[in-house]
Amino acid sequence: MAKKTKNFSRRDFLKTSGVATGALIGGSLLGGLIGYNANNSKTSPTETKSGEHKQEAALNKGRMFFTNDREFQILANATERIFPKDDLGPGAIDLGVPYFIDNQLAGQYGSNSKEYMQGPFASGAPTQGYQSNLTRAEIFKQAVAKLESEAQTRFKNGFSKIEAEQMDEILTAFQKDEVPMKGVSSAFFFRLLRAATLEGAYADPIYNGNNNMDGWRMKGFPGHQAAYINVIESDEFQKIEPKSIGSMH
Amino acid sequence: MVKTLPKVDVVTVGVGWTGGIIAAECTKAGLKVVGLERGQERGTEDFSMVHDEYRYAIRYELMQNLSKETITFRNNRKMPALPMRQMGSFLLGEGLGGSGTHWNGQTWRFLPYDFQIKTMTEKKYGPNKLSNDYILQDWGLTYDQLEPYFDKFEKTAGISGENNNPHWGERSSDYPTPPMKKTHILKKFESAATKLGYHPFMMPSANLSEPYTNPDGAQINACQYCGFCERFGCEYGAKTSPEVTVVPTARKTGKFDVRFHANVVEVLKSGNKVTGVRYVDTLTGEEFIQPAEVVVLTSYVFNNTKLLMVSKIGEQYNPDTGKGTLGRNYCYQILPGATGFFDDQYNTFMGAGALGMAIDDFNGDSFDHSNLDFIHGGNISITQTGSRPIASNVALPDTPTWGAEFKKQSIHNFTRTLSVGAQGASISHKENYLSLDGTYKDAYGVPLLQLTYNFTKQDIALHKFISEKSGEIMKEMGAKTVVNRGAIDQYDIVPYQTTHNTGGTVMSLTPEEGVVNNYLQHWDAENLFVVGAGNFAHNGGYNPTGTVGALAYRAAEGVIKYSKTSGSLV
Repeated sequence: MAKKTKNFSRRDFLKTSGVATGALIGGSLLGGLIGYNANNSKTSPTETKSGEHKQEAALNKGRMFFTNDREFQILANATERIFPKDDLGPGAIDLGVPYFIDNQLAGQYGSNSKEYMQGPFASGAPTQGYQSNLTRAEIFKQAVAKLESEAQTRFKNGFSKIEAEQMDEILTAFQKDEVPMKGVSSAFFFRLLRAATLEGAYADPIYNGNNNMDGWRMKGFPGHQAAYINVIESDEFQKIEPKSIGSMH
Repeated sequence: MVKTLPKVDVVTVGVGWTGGIIAAECTKAGLKVVGLERGQERGTEDFSMVHDEYRYAIRYELMQNLSKETITFRNNRKMPALPMRQMGSFLLGEGLGGSGTHWNGQTWRFLPYDFQIKTMTEKKYGPNKLSNDYILQDWGLTYDQLEPYFDKFEKTAGISGENNNPHWGERSSDYPTPPMKKTHILKKFESAATKLGYHPFMMPSANLSEPYTNPDGAQINACQYCGFCERFGCEYGAKTSPEVTVVPTARKTGKFDVRFHANVVEVLKSGNKVTGVRYVDTLTGEEFIQPAEVVVLTSYVFNNTKLLMVSKIGEQYNPDTGKGTLGRNYCYQILPGATGFFDDQYNTFMGAGALGMAIDDFNGDSFDHSNLDFIHGGNISITQTGSRPIASNVALPDTPTWGAEFKKQSIHNFTRTLSVGAQGASISHKENYLSLDGTYKDAYGVPLLQLTYNFTKQDIALHKFISEKSGEIMKEMGAKTVVNRGAIDQYDIVPYQTTHNTGGTVMSLTPEEGVVNNYLQHWDAENLFVVGAGNFAHNGGYNPTGTVGALAYRAAEGVIKYSKTSGSLV
């Protein structure tokens, strides 16, 4: 699967995290932002048009859930393996997926506040679905520590420092339910992580992922369009510049 | 302290399509109606920023908060039932308009065969076509008897369609508005289906092809094909829903009072009549008794059934003895189909919830089942509802579900895959039923409803047959690769399938066969009506709302009649 060079994702990630981890004071800000934009410009045909908007978006990003950068990088690198940067366009990190997930974990999604969380808890059959007493926030927190300890056990190094292929090996072990976790299966966490990564890549940018709508651009999805009534009968494929619901203000 | 409120003529539990129709008809006839809705007020103005897949389609903004109430589930009686902790296989809703707010708008009339399924199946194939494990029964009302009510619902909703399907029942009038626009994708299906000798037609739609004023004076706008229908509300007021039709019609009379955050926990019964309902204000925790001359249960299938069970009205079905009718005949739908991979790009992201073409050549009994090991079938269709990028990530079988190859394929295929599929009918089985859970409770201390359900041999055979037919159409449409949906086995409550749950409060010709008569009047309590897809003795091969709407008009007529005459209406 992975043929990328070592640490490619971490390098990209550090640029973005420099923008948004909170240490954004004075002159250092501009340099960070320029580097950040340059990353995306290769795949973004409308870079010049929307660049300004994007700087603003990047500025507003920050961690709301993970408390230290090491954990956040583990999450970021894991999402990048699920949705890697390639010749089609940005991967999870450049799309802001780690911020998306972090921010979601800090809210209703992370606390499962719209889900039935009353006991008694039993593991049940797979056809009965999620039966854990843990919230998503608790599952992610535990799983990030597990990703790290698996990397240490298998490769004597931190998760964010190992090779892409080695990350894939660990993620595959999670997917196959081979990593013991407390209160939840590693396979369940993997499905959660995969789903959250795709959500961050393709949700409206108002949620701090899908940077510059590049997830949509890759896929040919125009996002929020008021109407297609004038083109719905056309036999031709319609290439339409995407719009965010954030543009409605 | 429970506060008892002044008595009203009619109280409805829930204000969606069925509650809205009851309210509109009864208030127009001069009755005073209170609608108790546990969710909140909502309408067109709340949907101005609705083009948000994540909020509405993935995180279920318009759906029920499961932390308050859910159901428990098991595949069979040997398993312990566990709560459905997250939404999955189907999406329970709440709030003004109910599912009528976030539906797709595909509006069908069940087939004449559906209403007389036992009689017609036995006549053609003998009494042993299905084993004794299946519960086959006529509905106690024929298609012809229900036709005027279908007609009424379609006129209220302004349904857009064309009457050129040779397999459905006779219509007393044409659709109120012409069919929706025919797209490139739809035309491909039409031409392939025609070449194969089938009879394609435009799907009847509640996303209206043109502006329409219904007989009550409610205005419905024209669909803009924005691609955000199912799980979303319509920002144009162009998808017919209760909050733009029957609810304002009822409110206009000055005789309809909707109370929000009002969660009914019990139907109160005394002798052979009900006296009202007890409900909790979910904001304050206060309890109220709302006395009424007539109580109408108009919430979703599960909640209607649960309220009867916790109120001990009717006899709980027992799968060991076969006795009891409450909770029996729970059915679902099965979803056969095929996906086609194309080289050309299509405008898959545009559309509307009921923008589609369909054939009924394999629905009901429009084809011979003599040499098949199942009955019924499904409406096979192609729909262009608007693909969205979080939910739609299609890759060829055996592709890894993540990583570089997955990314490449899922991006490439987003605008290059089409799918043809059916809503497969579901036949009642003695092991598929609803009951009360003995362990888990909702936020108000009421037991959760328990669902015991699995796919049957009939389901598995039907699924395979219709998937093959769908695949043949897809091949004829010119797909480079066609992948039929894999065989079904155990029902799994995790992946989304369909919110077409039916049964539990079945209508019938005799009290032995069902919970309500053919006016949806309870057999054991003459001033209690129970309305919805729970009345279906089995689930047909179409979306249920058209038939639910017709039954609601039938029930409304019953309530009005009862308020004048009292006694059993049959």
